This record gives sequence, C-alpha cells and structure tokens, in this order.
Amino acid sequence: MAWEAVIGLECHVQLRTRTKMFCGCPVAYGSEPNTNVCPVCLGLPGALPRTNAAALAFALRLGVALGCTIRAESVFARKNYFYPDMPKNYQITQYERTLCEGGALPLAREGGGRAIALTRIHCEEDAGKSFHPERQGDRRWSRVDLNRAGVPLLELVTEPVLRSPAECAAFLTELRRLVRWLGVSDGDMEKGQLRCDANVSLRPTGSTTLGTKTELKNLNSIKGVERGVAAEIARQTALLDAGERVRQATLLYDADHERLAVMRMKEHAHDYRYFPDPDLPVLRVSEAQRAEATAASPELPWAREARYRDALELPAYDAAVLTESRDLGDYYEACVPPGEPKLASNWVMTEVMRVLKTRDWSVAEWAARVPAPRLRELLARVAARELPGPVAKQVFAWFLEQDGSVAELLERHGVRVAGGDEELLPIVRAVLDENPGPVAQVLAGRDATFGFLVGQAMKKSGGQAVPQVLQRLLREELAARTPRP
Amino acid sequence: MSGPAPWRLSAREVAAAVRDGSLSPGDAADAGFAGPGARFEGEVHALLASDASARKAAAARVPRDGVLAGVPVLLKDNLCTVDHPTTCGSRILEGWRSPYDATVVRRLREAGAVVVGKGNMDEFAMGSSTEWSAFGPTRNPYDPSRVPGGSSGGPAAAVAYGLVPVALGSDTGGSVRQPAAFCGVYGLKPTYGRLSRYGLVAFGSSLDQVGVFARHVGDVAEVYRAVAGSDPFDASMLEGPAPDVSGWAAGVRGLRFGWPANLWREGVDGAIVAALERAASWLERAGATRVPFEFLPGAFAVAAYYLLATAEASSNLARFDGVRYGLRMRSDELATLYTRTRGAGFGPEVRRRILLGTYALSAGYHDAFYLKAQRARTRIAHEYAAAFARCDWMLMPVTPSLPFRLGEKTADPLAMYLSDVFTIGANLAGIPGLSVPMGLEASGLPVSVQLVGPADAEPVLLRAARALEAEGDERNIPPGHEKEFAWPGKR
Repeated sequence: MAWEAVIGLECHVQLRTRTKMFCGCPVAYGSEPNTNVCPVCLGLPGALPRTNAAALAFALRLGVALGCTIRAESVFARKNYFYPDMPKNYQITQYERTLCEGGALPLAREGGGRAIALTRIHCEEDAGKSFHPERQGDRRWSRVDLNRAGVPLLELVTEPVLRSPAECAAFLTELRRLVRWLGVSDGDMEKGQLRCDANVSLRPTGSTTLGTKTELKNLNSIKGVERGVAAEIARQTALLDAGERVRQATLLYDADHERLAVMRMKEHAHDYRYFPDPDLPVLRVSEAQRAEATAASPELPWAREARYRDALELPAYDAAVLTESRDLGDYYEACVPPGEPKLASNWVMTEVMRVLKTRDWSVAEWAARVPAPRLRELLARVAARELPGPVAKQVFAWFLEQDGSVAELLERHGVRVAGGDEELLPIVRAVLDENPGPVAQVLAGRDATFGFLVGQAMKKSGGQAVPQVLQRLLREELAARTPRP
Repeated sequence: MSGPAPWRLSAREVAAAVRDGSLSPGDAADAGFAGPGARFEGEVHALLASDASARKAAAARVPRDGVLAGVPVLLKDNLCTVDHPTTCGSRILEGWRSPYDATVVRRLREAGAVVVGKGNMDEFAMGSSTEWSAFGPTRNPYDPSRVPGGSSGGPAAAVAYGLVPVALGSDTGGSVRQPAAFCGVYGLKPTYGRLSRYGLVAFGSSLDQVGVFARHVGDVAEVYRAVAGSDPFDASMLEGPAPDVSGWAAGVRGLRFGWPANLWREGVDGAIVAALERAASWLERAGATRVPFEFLPGAFAVAAYYLLATAEASSNLARFDGVRYGLRMRSDELATLYTRTRGAGFGPEVRRRILLGTYALSAGYHDAFYLKAQRARTRIAHEYAAAFARCDWMLMPVTPSLPFRLGEKTADPLAMYLSDVFTIGANLAGIPGLSVPMGLEASGLPVSVQLVGPADAEPVLLRAARALEAEGDERNIPPGHEKEFAWPGKR
C-alpha cells in the first residue's frame, strides 16, 4: 500500500529580549553557570513573576506577521510537572486561551509554495539546563544551570498539514528567516534559539483519517528535522507494510548516529494539571496595541522576495538570496542605481557576499565600512559605462581599506579612465586607418576579426577605455565606412 | 521615662517616644522580651525565631523620623526576611534563610519598625489552630489548654500577651481574623491586591493576603498605611493607590451596617451572639443604622474554598523538592529524592491538602471540582456585592465557637475546615474583613465580632472598629476577668 505522511511541527523560538520573561535577569549566553538568576527565576519561596512587556511585543510582531488572530484577553497557565531544571516545578505557559490563534506561514516557491496553517502561538518561559550524570570519584552528579530558566519562548504549533521531510525543512528555514527578519530571535538552532519537535503519522494515500502519531524530540538542526522525520516515516512504513501497528510514543533522534530511540511510550503520559496562574493577571492586548503592531509590521520576506522577482525582474535565485536577511535586502535596495536591479544584485551576491564570507562580517559591519550610497555611486558609473570592469573591481577593493568617493580614489591612485567619446573617437579612427586589412575583412562580414580591432583600440587607450564604449564607437565608425550599395 | 512600661505602649506611642528621643529603638525592641515575654513565651510558644543580635542591629539602623520608628514587630514565619530564618513552620524549610525581604517587610523597615522575630504558624499556613506547626503548637495566652487559632497563631498570641504592639500575619481563609478573635486583638485581612504578596510564601495565591494584628485600631491603620500600596514585584495587585485610612477615628454617624442574623441563628456560641448584639447596639449608639437582611453567601463556600486553595497549594508547594534549598533526603535516584524529601519534610495536614488539590486539578476531575469551585467563587463574590448595595459593611461572627482545646479538632479535619465558615467568604470575594475584640466572656476567653466590607472599605471598617473600641474602653471587660498582661489598657 502507498502511505502518505502527516506531519505537524511544534517549534520553540527563544526571544532575543534583554531580560527574562518574568523577571529582570539578563538573557545572555556563555555566562558562568547560575549567575543570571534572581529569586524569581530561581523559584525561591515567596517570589512572584511579572510579565516582560518586550516579550509580548515580540510575540505580537510575529503573530501579526503570520496573520494570526490576536486574542484581546489571553491567560497564563501553570503546567505542573517535576524536573530539576524547572525551579518551581511548574512552567508558566499558555494553554486554553493563547495569545495568537490561526495564521499561516507561506513557504517560498522552492519549498513548494504552500501556506502552512498554524494552530496557535503562545508565550512561555524556558527551563534551565541539566548536565548529567557526571562521575566524581565514586559518586555520580547531575548539575543544573538556571541561567536559561525563565528566558522567554514562543511556542508555535502547526496544523498536521506538512507532507514530507523536505517540506518540514522548508518550513523551518522560512520560520528562521522570519524570526530573524522581525528581529524577535537570532534563530540559531545550534544555540537552541530555535527548537523543533515533530508529530508524525502515516495513512493510506488518499485517506482523510489520521493514523497513530509519534512525537520526535531533539531535532536540533534543520537537517536533523529532515533526517529525523524521514527516518520515522521509514520506520512507520516498515511497520505498517509488515502488518504491524504504530504505537504512540515519544522518540529521540540521535543526529550523530542518525537513528531513533524510544524515550517513552504514551501509556506513561503526563497529566500536567493545567490551571490559570493566579499570580498573573489576564493578558490584555488593546485594539491600539494590535493596530500599532500591524502598522509597525515591515514588508515580510516572502512579499519582498516576490517583489524582487516580479517588479525588479530578478531571477528567483537572486530574489531568494537577497532576502535571506532583512539587512541584506535593505542594503541591496539602497545600492541599486536607477534601472539597474540586476547589476546591483550581481555585485551584492558576488563581491559583497564574498567579503562577508571571508571576513565573517555581518551586513551591518559591512555597511559601516561601505555604506550603500558609496557602492551605488560605483555601480552607477559601471552602469553608465564609465568604468572598465577591472577598474571597478579595484575601486571596490579600495572601498574596504580607504575612505573617499569613486573619483577621489581614482585620483589618489592615478588611475585615469578614458570614458568619453571625444577622447576615444580619435583612437578608434586611428586604429581603423592603421588596419585596412582587418577592416576590410570585417566589412566583408568576418565578424571574428572585430575582436582584433577592439584589442588594438584598447591597447592604444592604455587599457583605460571601457570595452563597451570602444565597441560601440568601432561599430559606428565601421558603419560609416561601409560602402553604400 | 515615666508612665506605662514600654511594652504596654501602642505602636504610635512607641514611635512618638522614639522620635522625641525619650525611648531608644533598642529599648523599645527589647521591651516585650523583658516584660511579659519573659513570663509568657515559655508557656505560649509564639516565637519560632528571635535573634537578639539581629534585633540589636536592626534597632541601630532605625530611621528616627519614621512613622513606625522603633516599633517592634513580629512577622509570621511565611514572610521572607534576610535577618531571620523563614521556615513556614515546616521541616522542609528548617533553617532556610531568604536572600531577600518581602516587600511588606521592607516597607516596615523603611518606616522604622524593628523585626524582633518570626511567629509560629500552622505549616505553610494550613490550619486553624497553630497545632500543625512542625515546631510545636502555640497556646492561647488566656488559657494555655486552648489554641490561639491559626494559622497565624504565633503573631496573634504575641500581640495579645504584649511581646509586640503589632504583627503581620497572612490570611488565606481567615488565618489573621480567626487567631485575632481567639486572642482578643484586632486582625485585619485587607482587600486582595492592596498589600504586596512578594515575599509571602504562597499557599493559595488568589486568596492569600498579608494581614495586620494590633491591640489598637489606630495601630492597625498606621501599619496598613506603611505597608499597603502597589508593588511592581506583584502583578496581581489592584491598580491605583490603596485607600486612605487616616480618617479611622471619624466615627460612623450616618453609615449603615448589615445585620444578617440568619447566619448565627444556630450553631454559633451564645457568647458570640451576645457580643454581636452588644456591638450592634454600640454602633447604633454611635450613629450608625442597622439594616437587617437575610444573607446566604453560597452554601458551598467551604467546599469551593477548600478545592481552590488546595489546588493552588498543590502547585505552589511543588518547588519544595530538595533540589535547590531546604531539606534534602539523599538518594541516587531523582524520583526517590523527591518522594523522600517531601514525605519527610511535609506534615500530615500539608500532605493531605497537596493530595486534595492535586486531585481537584487532575484530568477527568478538573471540570467537576476546580472549574465548578471557580464558578461558585464568582457567585459568592456577586452575593457579597449585592449585600453591600444595602449597607456599608456587615457585622458577623468571626468563628462559630470560642477558642477550642488543643487536640480537639486535629483528628477531624472536616470539623476544623468548617470552623472557617464565616471567614472564607472575604477571601473568595477578595474583600476586607476585620476581627474586633469585644472583651472577655464569662469564663475569661476573648470574644470577637467581624466587620466585612466591600473592596477598599478598609477606611469604613476601621471607623466602625474605632467606634466599638471607644465604647469598649468603658465597658467591654467584665470585672474580674481582666488580664492585665494581655488587654490593651484603657487609652
């Protein structure tokens, strides 16, 4: 039988707020263990949570971008279970009335172009980190670092509408781009800033009922999600093909060994005893706040990508690369000379991105060195056929090390560009006069010889002419010498 | 200085004496220990901790111009303090020291008060007799064979016997008002959201409120003023400033008090009924009008209360697990570490309530118990609101009975729970209640009445209490039963 996969993702996005979700402790990486803590995030007796307004603003920003319904009143709830890295032994989260409901994330054309429907987005607090067990002499120790405890998270849950591992990867890639675009998260999966669990089930192709699902945890890279889901689909297919049934379970994906391990069967499911957290008031989002979040919403990455393709007529590949980050897209747009989107795209995608890569710079670091107007001036002169390619590349290299406009740099380095027709026309005429043989051949239709004439003219200009200009002048002069029929 | 011994002074008198330099904060703080404390504490056991050097250090730092300059206060042991341990009367927190002061404690210190120690309580504030303290019961200073009430029994008894003029407790279902009644002192449970809960170790978060004990109405007002008001560290507080109680002595002329006599038609001790009649006639004499009506604040209030309070408690007390602080029973295995620590650290009443609350929230029972109790709570709040459309406050009993004997109710949890019937309404509705001593009844036990008002009615409740206090100064101590050590004195 042919099986169809039904996949739902549950993603956790760590927000890049300055402070934690319910206290004033800094959100930071790499601090000494248990230093970014206070009575609240340590869960000390008597301590109470207070909501971080910045985290809510971030949540709203994401909710608006994804077209979610924003609840005017949502409720924080306690999810009760014991774990040593969760100081209160309950997590403050949202359960029945969550901040955002519905909405969808549109996948890029490469990802299949579908819009993936969302169930909800809600705010919650992160747990700390456990390290265990470690041997010390004859004893085994577990250690807990609570620096991460209380860091704000958004949980985003999709409907069970994804159909393939590749689509899962495309979803996460798009989500990562979006959260970075909106500035709500750094979205680094390796640092745990973006985490993902997957619910996977199979059903006969064409069926509309749902099969028994399993939950995959520990998918800590986009590749990991793709491979983990693929492995689980393969495992379930084998079971079903053999006439066995899939049993509800939670599985861990081991990325190093590319295999799945059963963490627990669903018979031991938790009863989390959710109830509204009496320490926190109902979370109210006013109409004004909603309107403000909507008004402040930037052009979204998929919309901009479409605009680059459709309005700027960039190839799909260029549009995708240039909208990988908002900084890059903004920079690109700021250095497009009038009517030359493709020229700017070429330069940003090759020259600029090469520097970013080799120097490991962010777009912001690059832009601090070479502000967009500077690059735009250079590109405008290239577009106007005023600079030969090698000279333009040289100027670009000088940009990195030196200040000054294009003209100033050329001047400083004694580079003369023979640009104007008045300057080049005498050279062109002299070349034609000195090479009657090749001229005759070209006029007789042997176009291959045209290159020879261009080379001669370039040589005569001392390499300072723009080839396109030389070519145009040569063609014009040759046309003038063509015997009239 | 001449005049009464310092331990007999009201908080306002202590502060005035400290401000004018006639009394040093150190002497003020030591007064209760040197006076009756030396005689009574051994028998009553109101204190869980009292660190003389911490007291001395605190007295040395007192701002001399504070409204409570030099006033010694005792804190219930569920209010976090940096200079004394905070145990909540539980083995699981034995010796634990908070790295921070509760907001109300910080405000007391800023006003000049000196924390002289921590008062005994039922473990985690769960109980009505202070018999459930892991560190031994507190006894009633009027009769050591009887309980002082609970859960704030230690602070109530200490104020009664003269260790301190004022104390703070906490009231989740009557835990300030009932011990105040049993010990013959004033006990205010303020409107929910007017006193910060930051640093009050939670029992039932939506019901808990810090409360004030004092021997004088004016002292209740002064302490309320010092500690009330919004706190950015407590998100559950009401918006805006706390009501102004400076007019506590303004009298009750022209005000109306509700008289829901159906509440005490049966099952209430005759001495308490007599005290209610006496209070009503005094209020009428002071110019207030009695408005009789039937009042049935939800027949299921006790059931709703014990479901909601225990549900919240089951979650609030989850953090006591032996991992980060407090008692730890070692084990190589996590689940065993939890179960052994909690089994050894929590007493029987706390375990019972955690089980009850866990059950009430469990899948399959959540709707039938927790949700239904929430609906009952909403309805009870509406019933109180409807009653207050007809009066400025209601007069009612604090408890159905006078102080009971130690051991009388510990074997029957339900009987103990039912004794909260008149106090839990204010917690469910989030409204203020004030326990007012009406003197001693024939056998020498204190008898009290309760004033309950709508949200933010503290100013009115204090005015009514003052009207009763003014009358009581003349009449409310039956001859031959005056306990000079405990009674406020005729000022």
